Amino acid sequence: MKIAVCIKRTPDSESRFKIAASGAAIDETGLKFDIDDFASYAVEAALQLNEKAGGGETVVYALGPDTVQESLRKAMSMGADRAVHLKADAVPADGLAIAKALAAELASGGYDLILFGKHAFDSSAGVVGTAVAELLGLPCITAASELKIENGAGMARRELEGSAEMLTFPLPAVVTIDEGVARPRYPSLKGIMAAKKKPLESKPAQLGAVRVIAQKAELPPERPAGRIVGEGVTAIPELVKLLQNEAKVL
Amino acid sequence: MANVLVFAEARGGELRKIALEAVTAARQLADATGGGDVHALLVGAPGIAAKATQLGTYGADVVFVAEGAEFATFARESVAATLAERAKAGSYRAVVIGFSAQGRDLGPRVAAKLDVPIASDVTEIAASGDTLTVKHPGYANKVVLTLVLSGPMAVISVRPSAFTAKENAKAARVEVVAAVPASTPVVTITEVKEGAKGRPDLGDAPIIISGGRGLKAAENFKLVEDLADAFGNAAVGATRAVTDDGWRPHSDQIGQTGRQVSPQLYVAVGISGAIQHLAGMRTSKTIVAINKDKEAPIFKVADYGIVGDVLEVLPVFTAAVREARKGQG
Repeated sequence: MKIAVCIKRTPDSESRFKIAASGAAIDETGLKFDIDDFASYAVEAALQLNEKAGGGETVVYALGPDTVQESLRKAMSMGADRAVHLKADAVPADGLAIAKALAAELASGGYDLILFGKHAFDSSAGVVGTAVAELLGLPCITAASELKIENGAGMARRELEGSAEMLTFPLPAVVTIDEGVARPRYPSLKGIMAAKKKPLESKPAQLGAVRVIAQKAELPPERPAGRIVGEGVTAIPELVKLLQNEAKVL
Repeated sequence: MANVLVFAEARGGELRKIALEAVTAARQLADATGGGDVHALLVGAPGIAAKATQLGTYGADVVFVAEGAEFATFARESVAATLAERAKAGSYRAVVIGFSAQGRDLGPRVAAKLDVPIASDVTEIAASGDTLTVKHPGYANKVVLTLVLSGPMAVISVRPSAFTAKENAKAARVEVVAAVPASTPVVTITEVKEGAKGRPDLGDAPIIISGGRGLKAAENFKLVEDLADAFGNAAVGATRAVTDDGWRPHSDQIGQTGRQVSPQLYVAVGISGAIQHLAGMRTSKTIVAINKDKEAPIFKVADYGIVGDVLEVLPVFTAAVREARKGQG
């Protein structure tokens, strides 16, 4: 199968964030960046699907400044065959603008399957993948927690609140990947060496008008310091009293 | 003065809580522009029209109802097409949708169909001139972003529980509209698997009891279930470690890569408090933590902590909660 995976490069989610002097973004100084968690599941899912099928091509795409090439190389060190970098000074906050740039590039790719993470850690919006499907007129599973391709058709599971949908869909299709589909492999030394020689094409992103702008970024208020009520079962009566009289939840 | 269109989400013939929250958000936005009308679109299997008046109670001036047998389950392509068609038919400042499982799918589809900007998972909305300004927690709730959307129309999906549904009765006029069929190849729903019966969803539950590795074995989750039963209206969640180990389904996972919740009470049982988990529950109103390691990071965010072995503490806590609730009659 010919599979495209669109990835985003995001900061390590365990970081302690500070706001940049502009007041409109985080301060990136000293932060570690990598392929976003959900996007890395999508890369792994693509690799597994093609390994199972015994062939095919996995192509990774990323939009952004030159630094995203590092993430594209990593995806290739995991096993992707080649990469396309859509160059932009920054990744805009406008998900539909990003989707348009990707859709313009993916339309002529002849892909059987186009994968995304269900959302990226930083923007936490989940717009791009589903919008790409709509722009390309393809069937779309938003946030699949299971994914199988058999005999040229797809099967997926999608979590709803309190239930789950079991779905089938024709190819070509777009699927955005949720928790549960695949855990990403670590690149092997051999994979890292091989990735250096794999093709990485860089070209300008056709972004068009950007209509969503991040005006301000701020840290949420800290939770007030908690307290230890006590140790072991002897603390239970006091806890119950606090839940009744102070928190008023019991 | 501008009108606002809102998607009133229904499932199984009932309006969902998020539908009323979205109508409330749409009402606030319409009023903030100087008193426009709120138009709601209600899509469902035949019979759903009976729920239209309830939307009027929460501030809808007009309810458009599209009924069809295909809407017994989430016929996503047709729902999106019907919503986009409705948005084109009126002159709306915004299309408001809930950021639910359905809404995550519908929002980007409708924004792309209409070619308008979209903001997801929004907690506040303000309008001025031809811009909408919204707040959206990004970075797994660690950074709050203020986004400005330009253009005459936008899609805004609102975070569950961020807007409290408020009664604001309008004499909603009900109008039947035709569903718009899908124009693209469609996804087929072969089955809807129902989750555990008798428990509220993690997103709706006022109380969540959540378990981690400290429970030591999958079967000890029974103790978490028992505590949830004692509270009566509680949902059961889990950490990523536990769902990765298969003790619980992935859909129960609370955290950065799972569900993000803000109940009135969150009880963390045998959970150390990895950043990945805290990202999913730190906005809970009251947090209780029970853990044997007094240095565990969960105690930094817990309002009330008990240091102890969860297998010993939990049954006593459950009995005490039962007793306390019995006292309330």
